[in-house]
Order: sequence, then C-alpha cells, then structure tokens
Amino acid sequence: MEPVITVKHLVKNFNGLLAVDDLSFQVHPSDVYGFLGQNGAGKSTCIRMLLSLVTPSSGEIELFGLNLKTHRKEILQQVGAVVERPDLYKYLTAFENLSLFARMSGLSPKKQLLMEQLELVGLADRAGSKVRTFSQGMKQRLGIAVALVHNPRLVILDEPTNGLDPQGIADMRNLVLRLSREMGKTVLVSSHLLGEIEQVATRMLIIDKGKKMMEGTVSDLFHSTNCRVHIKVQDPEKTRQVISASKWSDALESGTDGALVIRMDQFEVPELSRLIINAGIGLLSVRPANSLEDYFLSLTAGKQHVANFTN
Amino acid sequence: MLPILQIELFKIFKRPRTYISFVAIGAIVVLIQLAFYAEGNNYMAFGLQSLTQSFDIQGKVLNGYLVCYIILQTLLIHVPLLIALVAGDQIAGEANMGTLRLLLTKPVSRTSLLMAKFSASTIYTLMLLVWMAFLALLVSVLIFGTGDLMILKSEEVVVLNKADVLWRYFAAFGFAAIAMTTVAALSFLLSIFAENSIGPIVSTMSIIILFTILSTMDIPFFNALKPYLFTTHMIGWKGFFDAPVSWSPVLGSASILVFHIFLFLATSVIAFKRKDILS
Repeated sequence: MEPVITVKHLVKNFNGLLAVDDLSFQVHPSDVYGFLGQNGAGKSTCIRMLLSLVTPSSGEIELFGLNLKTHRKEILQQVGAVVERPDLYKYLTAFENLSLFARMSGLSPKKQLLMEQLELVGLADRAGSKVRTFSQGMKQRLGIAVALVHNPRLVILDEPTNGLDPQGIADMRNLVLRLSREMGKTVLVSSHLLGEIEQVATRMLIIDKGKKMMEGTVSDLFHSTNCRVHIKVQDPEKTRQVISASKWSDALESGTDGALVIRMDQFEVPELSRLIINAGIGLLSVRPANSLEDYFLSLTAGKQHVANFTN
Repeated sequence: MLPILQIELFKIFKRPRTYISFVAIGAIVVLIQLAFYAEGNNYMAFGLQSLTQSFDIQGKVLNGYLVCYIILQTLLIHVPLLIALVAGDQIAGEANMGTLRLLLTKPVSRTSLLMAKFSASTIYTLMLLVWMAFLALLVSVLIFGTGDLMILKSEEVVVLNKADVLWRYFAAFGFAAIAMTTVAALSFLLSIFAENSIGPIVSTMSIIILFTILSTMDIPFFNALKPYLFTTHMIGWKGFFDAPVSWSPVLGSASILVFHIFLFLATSVIAFKRKDILS
C-alpha cells in the first residue's frame, strides 16, 4: 500500500539554527503514528512543513503520493490538523467557527452535518456559545471538530493533550483510537509525553534536536534488547560486586534511591534474579524498565545512534 | 475567492472593534453639525469679516455643502487611523490569535487568502467612506439646506454654483476611496511582518504623520521629496473644488495612489508567500 506520508532527507534551517536535520520517515494507511521528542526537538517544525506552513530548506515531502510543493491544494483537502494550541475565533460561536472552517475547506455544509461534528466531540449543547467562554479542553475538542469537518484521510494532531486535565487526556486518547479503528483514518500525533503515545500509537518516531533517533513499532521497542532493569536489594554494595564479576559487568549503570540499573535483554532477568539470590542477597524488587518513557529518556539524554527496528 | 471573501467580511463585521470606526465618525460629524447649527452664523460672520469689507455677499453661505466640505477637511486626516485599525489587523491579528496557521492548513492558496483579506479591507474602507458621505453630505444638506459653495483658499475665493457642486462631492469621495485604500494597502503590507496588530497600526500612522509633516513643510530639500510621498497626493480630492477643475494634477495624483496600492499589494503577496508561519 502506498504510504500516506513520505518524508525524505528533510532539513529546516532557521538562519543558522538547524531545527530539522536530515529527517526521513514514512507513515502508512491506518497507522497511528507517534511523533515523539522533547520540547524543542523539532516536532512542530516538521509538522508545519508537512502542512506547508513552513518551507523546508531542503528535502522532499509527499502526501498520498503527491509532492506537497506542487500539489498543496489537493493534499490539504485530505488533511485535517490541529497545530499546537487549538486557537479559534473567540468572538464567534462554536458553530460559526466550525461553519467558517468547513467553508474554507471547500464545503457548503448543512447545519445537520455541523451539529453531528459537534456531537462527535461532545459540544453539541454548546454550539451557540462564544469560544471565549470555553475551557482549554473544550477548545481542543472544537479544534478536533474543525480538523475533521471535511472528512480528511489524514489527521495531524500536534501535542493534542497539552493543557488538558486527566479526563481530557483520556477523552483525547479515546478519540484518536476511534479515528483510527472506527473511522479508518491515518493519524499522526506528536507529544513529548511518551506515556500517552505508547497507549495509542502503532508506530513511532523519536527525534532529538531535529534528528531521527529511532523509528519502529511500539512492540518492537518494548521487546528490544536494550532493556533497562531496575533492581532493589537489601545490600546494594555486595550486589554491585556480584554483578561486576558477572557477564553484566559492563552493563551496570548507576541508579537512584539505592536501586541498581542494568542494561540487558529482558529475557535474562530470571538468570540475574537467580544470581543475586544465590549470592545470599535479599531481592526486594525487579522492574524491567523497558517502557518507552525510559527508552525515550535514555535516547535523548544519551544520544544513541539511530536504530531502526523495522528494518 | 468569493467564498473566502464572504468569510473575511463575516469575520470583520462580527468583531465589535469594527464598529468603533463607524461610531467615531458618526460622533465627530454630528458634533460638528451641532456646533454649526448652534453657532454657525457667528462663526461665518467672523470668518468672512475681511471679505465683507470689500464684497457684498448675498445668499445662504452656511449651507449643507459648506458644512460637508469642512467636515471632509477635518476627517480625512483622522480616517486613516480607523482604516489601519482593521487593515493592520488582517494578518497580524490572525497571527496573534493563532488562527493564521489554522487558516493556512486549509486548501486555499496564500495568494487567494491574501487577496480576499485585502478585498475585505477595501470593502470596509469603502463602507466607512459611504457612511461618512451619508452623514457629512446628506445629513448636512437635510439640516442646513443647499446653496452655492464658497471656499476660501489662500489666494482666492472659489464660488461654485449649487447646481455644480453635488457631482464634485461624488468625485471627491471617489478620490478619497483611492487615497484611503492606499492607507489600507500600506497597513496590510506592514501586517504581514508583525505578530500582533498594534505594530502595523502604529507604524502606518507614524508613516502617514511623518510623510504629512514632510509634505507640508516648505523647505527646499523637502519640496524635492514631496512628489514622491503618497501623502502629498492624498489631498488631491480638493482639486475637484477648483473652478474649473484642474484635471491633470487630480488624475496624476490618483494614478500615483493607484500605483502605490499595486506596489504595496504586490510586495505583500511576495512576502506572505515566502513567510514561514511560526505563530
């Protein structure tokens, strides 16, 4: 199947500041593609380039097999996006905002269609309220309705959970899953919080300082051999000596709160546990820290080399 | 482009600030009319004091046409600020609100969006002038009646027959429309480079004030500059109240203003197409 997004060697240089550095990736139909990186990593710049808000310094962008530079209008007819904050016209009502952007997308929407969109995001009862009276979560939901009003094939959500309360974050997560599973849309969602993304993404890309650090499926990343195991024992010093004398001597890292951290294959955890117990050390807990959160932090902090788990 | 123009007009006329200009013009015009209604005859007697020593003036000098002329002289200096309020907000205001990036993710070309926004600003400008014409001319004529228009100039007194006045006002308002569209185009251009509307509004007024000062100062160095300043040509509407009308300078000024409109607009399109939207 033809990729929905193909990015090749994308570079953006803002007067000497390299925001995106030779970035390449593909997003396939029905993917929920997690676009991850710390604040300032270059996610928003990349998303803005995908939406032609920012002109790339070099590189190529294709959406639906069409070049963005030459087919901008055709492409944007099939894309819905919320970029950073969902800023809308505060002096207009929710209905007026939605109607206005539907017409900008080339539609002549009937009232019923617009009300259905507002119903989808739970704002039908506030259709006539001015946006200035909305909470951040309501604005975010209206932003989603605006992005979806023309029934796009690709939905791009840039930091959609920013400023939301826990319930709002959960609602957003459910909406992303619904867009993908029930409505068959391809979703690209960016965040700096991996805990949110790992629950919805099928594939993900981690970038740091504009460079690709890692790309792959979520399951690939969970089962990687780069697992970091946090262990808590009664005698950390003796444990350190035992591990230093074992095959994991080079994998030992310093931990916090008396915990030891060892980089190892997840399947070696039973063997490690036996080693500690056989040495007569009381084992308090073993926690494979192979979550994307740790992975992400280790990648962006440790500047590991690019790895591609899909190849 | 028509649907986008409709959207832009909808947005302009949904904002309360749009009506500030209409209210301000209404208030100023009505105040001037009230002042003339209450004290107009004394004012005219004082103003014509030196003239009545040499000439016998008969008829109704204080009439609607004269009041309208005085209002135009006063207001056309201040109207640019009211126009900049809306034109300067067109791009910068959207950038400040964060809606510019949302607009530009829609399948509309940047040039179309820009042209629609400029057209909407121009329509707003024209509506403001029509409102001003309605109040200044029609209401003044209703209150003060018609009569020959007597205009005191620095070196002469021009008396226009009342049957020969009305078309001159229509022509003058047409000229003012071009002049004010030039202001809108300048403010619109400055709006491209700003992230909030205060900058373009203040910059537009600063340029107009600076150029107007240069236009009015009678210093040889500045005199050489005057023909190149668009503000010099903005008062070209007064040419319609010469007898006979000096068509050449009037049309020349109008052409220069139209050239400025195209220049500002073309620069706006080029700059906007190249602009990275980071707001």
